[in-house]
Amino acid sequence: MDETVAEFIKRTILKIPMNELITILKAWDFLSENQLQTINFRQRKESVVQHLVWLCEEKQASVNDAALLDIIYTQFHQHQKIWDVFQMSKEPGEDVDLFDMKQFKNSFKKILQRALKNVTVSFRETEENAVWIRIAWGTQYTKPNQYKPTYVVYYSQTPYAFTSSRLRRNAPLLGQIFESHNSTTPLQERNLGLDVNMDSRIIHENIVEKERVQQITQETFGDYPQPQLEFAQYKLETKFKSDLNGSILAEREEPLRCLIKFSSPHLLEALKSLAPAGIADAPLSPLLTCIPNKRMNYFKIRDK
Amino acid sequence: MLKEDCASELKVHLAKSLPLPSSVNRPRIDLIVFVINLHSKYSLQNTEESLRHVDASFFLGKVCFLATGAGRESHCSIHRHTVVKLAHTYQSPLLYCDLEVEAFRATMAQRLVRMLQVCAGHVPGVSALNLLSLLRSSEGPSLEDM
Repeated sequence: MDETVAEFIKRTILKIPMNELITILKAWDFLSENQLQTINFRQRKESVVQHLVWLCEEKQASVNDAALLDIIYTQFHQHQKIWDVFQMSKEPGEDVDLFDMKQFKNSFKKILQRALKNVTVSFRETEENAVWIRIAWGTQYTKPNQYKPTYVVYYSQTPYAFTSSRLRRNAPLLGQIFESHNSTTPLQERNLGLDVNMDSRIIHENIVEKERVQQITQETFGDYPQPQLEFAQYKLETKFKSDLNGSILAEREEPLRCLIKFSSPHLLEALKSLAPAGIADAPLSPLLTCIPNKRMNYFKIRDK
Repeated sequence: MLKEDCASELKVHLAKSLPLPSSVNRPRIDLIVFVINLHSKYSLQNTEESLRHVDASFFLGKVCFLATGAGRESHCSIHRHTVVKLAHTYQSPLLYCDLEVEAFRATMAQRLVRMLQVCAGHVPGVSALNLLSLLRSSEGPSLEDM
Protein backbone atom coordinates (compact mmCIF):
# COMPACT_ATOMS: atom_id res chain seq x y z
CA MET A 1 0.00 0.00 0.00
CA ASP A 2 1.29 3.40 -0.97
CA GLU A 3 2.71 5.47 1.88
CA THR A 4 0.58 8.43 0.91
CA VAL A 5 -2.57 6.29 1.04
CA ALA A 6 -1.58 4.96 4.45
CA GLU A 7 -1.01 8.48 5.71
CA PHE A 8 -4.32 9.64 4.25
CA ILE A 9 -6.23 6.81 5.90
CA LYS A 10 -4.47 7.45 9.19
CA ARG A 11 -5.32 11.13 9.15
CA THR A 12 -8.91 10.47 8.19
CA ILE A 13 -9.42 7.97 10.99
CA LEU A 14 -7.75 10.32 13.46
CA LYS A 15 -10.37 12.93 12.65
CA ILE A 16 -13.21 10.61 13.60
CA PRO A 17 -14.40 11.06 17.20
CA MET A 18 -14.15 7.84 19.22
CA ASN A 19 -17.88 7.59 19.77
CA GLU A 20 -18.52 7.52 16.01
CA LEU A 21 -15.59 5.35 15.04
CA ILE A 22 -17.29 1.95 15.03
CA THR A 23 -20.38 3.23 13.24
CA ILE A 24 -18.33 4.82 10.50
CA LEU A 25 -16.07 1.81 10.08
CA LYS A 26 -19.15 -0.40 9.72
CA ALA A 27 -20.63 1.97 7.15
CA TRP A 28 -17.35 1.87 5.27
CA ASP A 29 -17.55 -1.89 5.14
CA PHE A 30 -13.94 -2.28 4.07
CA LEU A 31 -12.73 -4.15 7.14
CA SER A 32 -14.72 -7.24 7.98
CA GLU A 33 -16.63 -7.86 11.22
CA ASN A 34 -13.95 -10.34 12.25
CA GLN A 35 -11.19 -7.86 11.68
CA LEU A 36 -12.99 -5.15 13.62
CA GLN A 37 -13.48 -7.52 16.48
CA THR A 38 -9.75 -7.93 16.85
CA ILE A 39 -9.42 -4.32 17.87
CA ASN A 40 -9.63 -3.12 21.41
CA PHE A 41 -11.48 0.16 21.07
CA ARG A 42 -10.89 1.04 24.70
CA GLN A 43 -7.21 1.73 24.15
CA ARG A 44 -5.75 5.16 23.57
CA LYS A 45 -6.87 6.53 20.25
CA GLU A 46 -3.39 6.46 18.74
CA SER A 47 -3.12 2.72 19.35
CA VAL A 48 -6.54 2.06 17.87
CA VAL A 49 -5.66 4.10 14.80
CA GLN A 50 -2.35 2.32 14.38
CA HIS A 51 -4.04 -1.04 14.55
CA LEU A 52 -6.68 0.02 12.04
CA VAL A 53 -4.12 1.35 9.58
CA TRP A 54 -2.21 -1.90 9.88
CA LEU A 55 -5.36 -3.86 9.05
CA CYS A 56 -5.99 -1.63 6.05
CA GLU A 57 -2.46 -2.23 4.87
CA GLU A 58 -2.93 -5.96 5.16
CA LYS A 59 -6.02 -5.68 3.07
CA GLN A 60 -4.22 -3.38 0.60
CA ALA A 61 -6.55 -0.45 0.75
CA SER A 62 -6.45 1.68 -2.35
CA VAL A 63 -6.81 5.42 -2.70
CA ASN A 64 -10.41 4.81 -3.76
CA ASP A 65 -11.14 2.91 -0.56
CA ALA A 66 -9.62 5.75 1.40
CA ALA A 67 -11.66 8.28 -0.54
CA LEU A 68 -14.82 6.39 0.33
CA LEU A 69 -13.96 6.56 4.01
CA ASP A 70 -13.47 10.29 3.63
CA ILE A 71 -16.90 10.62 2.03
CA ILE A 72 -18.53 8.77 4.90
CA TYR A 73 -16.76 10.91 7.45
CA THR A 74 -17.92 14.02 5.63
CA GLN A 75 -21.47 12.72 5.47
CA PHE A 76 -21.45 12.37 9.23
CA HIS A 77 -19.97 15.84 9.61
CA GLN A 78 -21.72 17.65 6.79
CA HIS A 79 -22.84 20.35 9.17
CA GLN A 80 -19.22 21.38 9.59
CA LYS A 81 -18.94 22.35 5.97
CA ILE A 82 -20.31 25.35 4.20
CA TRP A 83 -22.36 24.37 1.19
CA ASP A 84 -23.30 26.30 -1.91
CA VAL A 85 -26.39 25.27 -3.78
CA PHE A 86 -26.80 25.32 -7.51
CA GLN A 87 -30.02 25.04 -9.36
CA MET A 88 -30.00 23.69 -12.86
CA SER A 89 -32.50 25.21 -15.17
CA LYS A 90 -33.96 23.45 -18.14
CA GLU A 91 -34.42 25.07 -21.50
CA PRO A 92 -38.08 25.34 -22.43
CA GLY A 93 -39.06 22.45 -24.63
CA GLU A 94 -36.45 20.06 -23.29
CA ASP A 95 -37.71 16.69 -22.26
CA VAL A 96 -37.12 15.42 -18.80
CA ASP A 97 -34.74 12.53 -19.32
CA LEU A 98 -34.97 9.42 -17.29
CA PHE A 99 -32.10 9.52 -14.88
CA ASP A 100 -29.71 6.61 -15.02
CA MET A 101 -27.42 6.70 -12.02
CA LYS A 102 -24.88 4.33 -13.48
CA GLN A 103 -24.61 6.26 -16.70
CA PHE A 104 -24.34 9.53 -14.80
CA LYS A 105 -21.48 8.28 -12.66
CA ASN A 106 -19.66 6.88 -15.65
CA SER A 107 -19.91 9.94 -17.78
CA PHE A 108 -19.10 12.27 -14.86
CA LYS A 109 -15.93 10.42 -14.11
CA LYS A 110 -14.96 10.09 -17.74
CA ILE A 111 -15.33 13.77 -18.48
CA LEU A 112 -13.32 14.86 -15.46
CA GLN A 113 -10.56 12.40 -16.14
CA ARG A 114 -10.36 13.36 -19.76
CA ALA A 115 -10.15 17.05 -18.95
CA LEU A 116 -7.74 16.77 -16.05
CA LYS A 117 -5.38 13.86 -15.97
CA ASN A 118 -4.78 13.84 -12.25
CA VAL A 119 -8.05 13.65 -10.43
CA THR A 120 -9.65 11.20 -8.00
CA VAL A 121 -13.41 10.84 -8.36
CA SER A 122 -15.48 8.77 -5.91
CA PHE A 123 -19.21 8.23 -5.52
CA ARG A 124 -21.51 7.12 -2.75
CA GLU A 125 -25.25 6.86 -3.14
CA THR A 126 -27.66 7.46 -0.31
CA GLU A 127 -31.29 6.56 0.18
CA GLU A 128 -32.78 9.88 -0.77
CA ASN A 129 -31.79 9.46 -4.42
CA ALA A 130 -28.74 11.49 -3.75
CA VAL A 131 -25.24 10.79 -4.90
CA TRP A 132 -22.24 12.16 -3.04
CA ILE A 133 -19.36 12.90 -5.35
CA ARG A 134 -15.90 13.46 -3.98
CA ILE A 135 -13.27 15.04 -6.21
CA ALA A 136 -9.62 15.37 -5.31
CA TRP A 137 -7.79 17.71 -7.63
CA GLY A 138 -4.30 17.41 -9.03
CA THR A 139 -2.48 19.29 -11.72
CA GLN A 140 -0.73 18.24 -14.85
CA TYR A 141 2.36 17.48 -12.80
CA THR A 142 1.11 16.56 -9.36
CA LYS A 143 -1.01 13.77 -7.98
CA PRO A 144 -4.40 14.70 -6.58
CA ASN A 145 -4.36 16.42 -3.22
CA GLN A 146 -6.52 14.17 -1.07
CA TYR A 147 -6.66 16.69 1.73
CA LYS A 148 -8.57 19.38 -0.14
CA PRO A 149 -11.36 17.58 -1.95
CA THR A 150 -14.50 19.13 -3.28
CA TYR A 151 -17.83 17.51 -2.52
CA VAL A 152 -20.84 17.66 -4.76
CA VAL A 153 -24.13 16.23 -3.58
CA TYR A 154 -26.57 15.78 -6.39
CA TYR A 155 -30.21 14.96 -5.79
CA SER A 156 -31.05 13.27 -9.04
CA GLN A 157 -34.78 13.82 -8.89
CA THR A 158 -34.38 17.53 -8.36
CA PRO A 159 -32.55 20.25 -10.21
CA TYR A 160 -30.36 20.91 -7.19
CA ALA A 161 -26.76 20.16 -6.47
CA PHE A 162 -24.85 21.13 -3.34
CA THR A 163 -21.17 21.78 -3.38
CA SER A 164 -18.74 22.25 -0.55
CA SER A 165 -17.00 25.58 -0.62
CA ARG A 166 -13.55 25.93 -2.18
CA LEU A 167 -15.25 25.24 -5.48
CA ARG A 168 -14.79 28.57 -7.19
CA ARG A 169 -11.83 27.51 -9.27
CA ASN A 170 -13.46 24.51 -10.78
CA ALA A 171 -17.06 25.65 -10.86
CA PRO A 172 -17.23 26.21 -14.63
CA LEU A 173 -15.88 22.73 -15.28
CA LEU A 174 -18.35 21.01 -12.98
CA GLY A 175 -21.16 23.18 -14.24
CA GLN A 176 -20.48 22.05 -17.75
CA ILE A 177 -20.48 18.42 -16.72
CA PHE A 178 -23.97 18.77 -15.30
CA GLU A 179 -25.05 20.75 -18.28
CA SER A 180 -23.82 18.16 -20.69
CA HIS A 181 -25.52 15.44 -18.74
CA ASN A 182 -28.85 17.16 -18.57
CA SER A 183 -29.02 18.10 -22.19
CA THR A 184 -30.58 15.82 -24.75
CA THR A 185 -27.69 16.14 -27.19
CA PRO A 186 -25.17 13.34 -27.07
CA LEU A 187 -22.00 13.89 -25.08
CA GLN A 188 -19.44 15.55 -27.25
CA GLU A 189 -15.91 16.58 -26.65
CA ARG A 190 -16.54 20.09 -25.49
CA ASN A 191 -14.14 22.88 -24.88
CA LEU A 192 -14.20 22.66 -21.12
CA GLY A 193 -12.89 25.92 -19.75
CA LEU A 194 -9.86 24.79 -17.82
CA ASP A 195 -8.42 26.51 -14.85
CA VAL A 196 -5.50 28.62 -15.93
CA ASN A 197 -3.03 26.71 -13.82
CA MET A 198 -3.91 23.51 -15.58
CA ASP A 199 -3.47 24.91 -19.08
CA SER A 200 -0.66 22.94 -20.62
CA ARG A 201 0.70 25.99 -22.37
CA ILE A 202 1.87 27.35 -19.05
CA ILE A 203 5.00 25.75 -17.77
CA HIS A 204 6.00 26.31 -14.18
CA GLU A 205 9.76 26.12 -14.15
CA ASN A 206 9.97 26.08 -10.39
CA ILE A 207 7.31 23.45 -9.83
CA VAL A 208 9.57 21.38 -7.59
CA GLU A 209 10.21 24.30 -5.28
CA LYS A 210 6.56 25.35 -5.41
CA GLU A 211 5.48 21.92 -4.32
CA ARG A 212 8.09 21.79 -1.58
CA VAL A 213 6.78 25.07 -0.23
CA GLN A 214 3.17 23.84 -0.43
CA GLN A 215 4.06 20.71 1.42
CA ILE A 216 5.94 22.49 4.17
CA THR A 217 3.17 25.01 4.55
CA GLN A 218 0.62 22.25 4.80
CA GLU A 219 2.72 20.36 7.32
CA THR A 220 3.22 23.45 9.43
CA PHE A 221 -0.25 24.90 9.32
CA GLY A 222 -2.49 21.98 8.40
CA ASP A 223 -5.45 22.12 6.06
CA TYR A 224 -7.97 23.55 8.40
CA PRO A 225 -8.66 27.25 8.81
CA GLN A 226 -6.31 28.90 11.24
CA PRO A 227 -7.54 30.21 14.57
CA GLN A 228 -8.51 33.83 14.33
CA LEU A 229 -5.76 35.98 15.76
CA GLU A 230 -5.20 39.65 15.29
CA PHE A 231 -1.75 40.30 16.57
CA ALA A 232 1.43 38.83 17.96
CA GLN A 233 4.02 40.66 19.95
CA TYR A 234 7.69 39.90 20.41
CA LYS A 235 9.78 41.63 23.03
CA LEU A 236 13.44 41.25 22.24
CA GLU A 237 16.22 41.70 24.74
CA THR A 238 19.25 40.41 22.99
CA LYS A 239 22.75 41.46 22.28
CA PHE A 240 23.52 42.61 18.79
CA LYS A 241 24.90 39.87 16.55
CA SER A 242 26.76 40.68 13.41
CA ASP A 243 29.20 39.12 10.98
CA LEU A 244 31.13 42.33 10.75
CA ASN A 245 33.83 42.67 13.33
CA GLY A 246 34.36 45.78 15.32
CA SER A 247 30.99 47.39 14.86
CA ILE A 248 29.98 49.67 17.67
CA LEU A 249 26.73 47.83 18.28
CA ALA A 250 28.49 44.47 18.60
CA GLU A 251 30.69 45.80 21.38
CA ARG A 252 27.77 46.99 23.41
CA GLU A 253 27.45 45.11 26.69
CA GLU A 254 23.84 45.97 27.30
CA PRO A 255 21.27 43.94 25.38
CA LEU A 256 19.22 45.87 22.88
CA ARG A 257 15.56 46.17 23.61
CA CYS A 258 12.91 46.33 20.97
CA LEU A 259 9.30 45.47 20.52
CA ILE A 260 7.93 43.96 17.34
CA LYS A 261 4.22 43.72 16.84
CA PHE A 262 2.51 41.94 13.95
CA SER A 263 -1.11 42.83 13.39
CA SER A 264 -3.61 41.73 10.78
CA PRO A 265 -7.33 41.01 10.48
CA HIS A 266 -6.32 37.34 10.35
CA LEU A 267 -2.68 37.00 11.33
CA LEU A 268 -2.25 33.24 11.10
CA GLU A 269 -3.81 32.98 7.65
CA ALA A 270 -1.55 35.80 6.56
CA LEU A 271 1.52 33.96 7.88
CA LYS A 272 0.34 30.79 6.18
CA SER A 273 0.15 32.56 2.84
CA LEU A 274 3.63 34.12 3.02
CA ALA A 275 5.67 31.25 1.62
CA PRO A 276 3.22 30.24 -1.12
CA ALA A 277 3.06 33.88 -2.19
CA GLY A 278 6.84 33.95 -2.53
CA ILE A 279 7.21 36.67 0.07
CA ALA A 280 9.06 34.51 2.58
CA ASP A 281 11.12 31.35 2.44
CA ALA A 282 9.71 28.11 3.71
CA PRO A 283 9.96 26.95 6.41
CA LEU A 284 9.02 30.07 8.31
CA SER A 285 10.76 30.96 11.51
CA PRO A 286 9.57 28.76 14.38
CA LEU A 287 9.00 31.94 16.35
CA LEU A 288 6.06 32.60 14.05
CA THR A 289 4.80 29.09 13.51
CA CYS A 290 4.77 28.10 17.16
CA ILE A 291 1.92 30.48 17.95
CA PRO A 292 -1.00 28.00 17.63
CA ASN A 293 0.95 25.21 19.35
CA LYS A 294 2.11 27.23 22.28
CA ARG A 295 -1.19 29.08 22.45
CA MET A 296 0.74 32.27 23.10
CA ASN A 297 1.03 35.44 21.20
CA TYR A 298 3.24 37.41 23.54
CA PHE A 299 6.86 36.39 23.47
CA LYS A 300 9.94 37.54 25.32
CA ILE A 301 13.16 36.64 23.63
CA ARG A 302 16.38 36.81 25.55
CA ASP A 303 19.87 35.53 24.97
CA LYS A 304 20.51 32.21 26.61
CA MET B 1 -1.68 36.30 -22.78
CA LEU B 2 -2.99 32.87 -23.61
CA LYS B 3 -6.46 34.30 -24.14
CA GLU B 4 -5.21 36.38 -27.01
CA ASP B 5 -5.89 35.28 -30.55
CA CYS B 6 -2.53 34.29 -31.86
CA ALA B 7 -1.83 32.42 -35.03
CA SER B 8 1.39 31.06 -33.56
CA GLU B 9 1.66 28.50 -30.82
CA LEU B 10 2.22 30.35 -27.58
CA LYS B 11 3.84 28.92 -24.49
CA VAL B 12 4.54 30.73 -21.27
CA HIS B 13 7.26 29.65 -18.87
CA LEU B 14 6.93 31.03 -15.38
CA ALA B 15 10.00 31.16 -13.20
CA LYS B 16 10.90 32.79 -9.92
CA SER B 17 14.41 33.56 -11.04
CA LEU B 18 17.13 32.62 -13.46
CA PRO B 19 18.90 30.43 -14.33
CA LEU B 20 16.21 27.94 -15.24
CA PRO B 21 16.71 24.35 -14.12
CA SER B 22 19.04 22.84 -16.67
CA SER B 23 17.63 19.35 -16.55
CA VAL B 24 14.73 20.18 -18.84
CA ASN B 25 14.44 20.38 -22.62
CA ARG B 26 12.81 23.55 -23.69
CA PRO B 27 11.76 25.10 -26.97
CA ARG B 28 13.57 28.27 -28.02
CA ILE B 29 12.85 31.25 -25.80
CA ASP B 30 11.82 34.30 -27.78
CA LEU B 31 11.13 36.89 -25.14
CA ILE B 32 12.05 37.31 -21.51
CA VAL B 33 9.86 39.57 -19.43
CA PHE B 34 11.25 40.49 -16.03
CA VAL B 35 8.40 41.40 -13.75
CA ILE B 36 9.48 43.80 -11.05
CA ASN B 37 7.17 44.52 -8.17
CA LEU B 38 7.88 48.08 -7.13
CA HIS B 39 6.59 47.26 -3.66
CA SER B 40 9.40 44.84 -2.99
CA LYS B 41 13.13 45.47 -2.87
CA TYR B 42 13.56 41.73 -3.03
CA SER B 43 11.87 41.71 -6.42
CA LEU B 44 14.40 44.14 -7.83
CA GLN B 45 17.30 42.30 -6.27
CA ASN B 46 16.06 39.02 -7.71
CA THR B 47 15.78 40.55 -11.16
CA GLU B 48 19.28 42.00 -11.01
CA GLU B 49 20.72 38.64 -10.03
CA SER B 50 18.77 36.84 -12.71
CA LEU B 51 19.93 39.26 -15.39
CA ARG B 52 23.47 38.01 -14.94
CA HIS B 53 22.41 34.64 -16.27
CA VAL B 54 20.95 35.93 -19.50
CA ASP B 55 22.92 35.42 -22.66
CA ALA B 56 23.99 38.67 -24.33
CA SER B 57 22.09 37.89 -27.54
CA PHE B 58 18.79 38.31 -25.73
CA PHE B 59 19.48 41.97 -25.15
CA LEU B 60 18.98 42.69 -28.83
CA GLY B 61 15.29 43.21 -28.32
CA LYS B 62 14.29 39.99 -26.59
CA VAL B 63 14.26 41.28 -23.06
CA CYS B 64 11.87 43.68 -21.50
CA PHE B 65 11.07 44.86 -18.01
CA LEU B 66 7.57 45.08 -16.62
CA ALA B 67 7.13 47.16 -13.51
CA THR B 68 3.99 46.66 -11.47
CA GLY B 69 2.66 48.48 -8.46
CA ALA B 70 3.37 52.05 -9.55
CA GLY B 71 -0.27 52.94 -8.98
CA ARG B 72 0.02 52.55 -5.21
CA GLU B 73 2.82 54.99 -4.63
CA SER B 74 2.71 54.71 -0.84
CA HIS B 75 3.56 51.01 -1.10
CA CYS B 76 6.50 51.51 -3.42
CA SER B 77 9.87 50.81 -1.93
CA ILE B 78 11.69 51.07 -5.23
CA HIS B 79 12.00 54.42 -6.87
CA ARG B 80 10.91 54.70 -10.48
CA HIS B 81 14.30 56.10 -11.33
CA THR B 82 15.93 52.85 -10.24
CA VAL B 83 14.06 50.72 -12.74
CA VAL B 84 14.45 53.31 -15.47
CA LYS B 85 18.17 53.17 -14.91
CA LEU B 86 18.15 49.37 -14.90
CA ALA B 87 16.32 49.24 -18.20
CA HIS B 88 18.67 51.79 -19.64
CA THR B 89 21.73 49.82 -18.50
CA TYR B 90 20.42 46.76 -20.25
CA GLN B 91 19.23 48.67 -23.31
CA SER B 92 15.80 47.17 -23.01
CA PRO B 93 12.30 48.60 -22.90
CA LEU B 94 10.54 49.25 -19.63
CA LEU B 95 6.79 48.85 -19.45
CA TYR B 96 4.53 49.81 -16.59
CA CYS B 97 1.42 47.89 -15.74
CA ASP B 98 -0.46 47.45 -12.51
CA LEU B 99 -1.06 43.74 -12.87
CA GLU B 100 -3.72 43.81 -10.18
CA VAL B 101 -6.08 45.70 -12.45
CA GLU B 102 -7.87 43.45 -14.91
CA ALA B 103 -8.19 46.03 -17.69
CA PHE B 104 -4.51 47.00 -17.57
CA ARG B 105 -3.55 43.37 -17.49
CA ALA B 106 -5.56 42.62 -20.60
CA THR B 107 -4.02 45.51 -22.53
CA MET B 108 -0.51 44.61 -21.46
CA ALA B 109 -1.11 41.00 -22.43
CA GLN B 110 -2.09 42.10 -25.91
CA ARG B 111 0.99 44.23 -26.18
CA LEU B 112 3.30 41.47 -24.99
CA VAL B 113 1.83 38.98 -27.43
CA ARG B 114 2.49 41.37 -30.34
CA MET B 115 6.04 41.91 -29.09
CA LEU B 116 6.51 38.19 -28.77
CA GLN B 117 5.36 37.58 -32.30
CA VAL B 118 7.90 40.06 -33.57
CA CYS B 119 10.67 38.56 -31.44
CA ALA B 120 9.86 35.09 -32.67
CA GLY B 121 10.20 36.31 -36.23
CA HIS B 122 6.55 35.69 -37.01
CA VAL B 123 5.90 39.18 -38.29
CA PRO B 124 7.36 39.58 -41.76
CA GLY B 125 9.60 42.59 -42.19
CA VAL B 126 10.00 43.41 -38.50
CA SER B 127 12.73 41.95 -36.34
CA ALA B 128 13.27 42.18 -32.60
CA LEU B 129 16.06 44.66 -33.21
CA ASN B 130 13.80 46.83 -35.39
CA LEU B 131 11.23 46.88 -32.66
CA LEU B 132 13.82 47.75 -30.06
CA SER B 133 15.08 50.75 -31.97
CA LEU B 134 11.51 51.89 -32.61
CA LEU B 135 10.76 51.75 -28.91
CA ARG B 136 13.95 53.48 -27.99
CA SER B 137 13.52 56.41 -30.27
CA SER B 138 10.21 57.19 -28.62
CA GLU B 139 11.82 57.74 -25.22
CA GLY B 140 12.05 61.24 -23.78
CA PRO B 141 15.16 63.36 -23.24
CA SER B 142 18.46 61.71 -22.60
CA LEU B 143 18.58 59.52 -19.52
CA GLU B 144 22.07 60.74 -18.70
CA ASP B 145 20.41 63.83 -17.35
CA MET B 146 18.71 61.89 -14.59
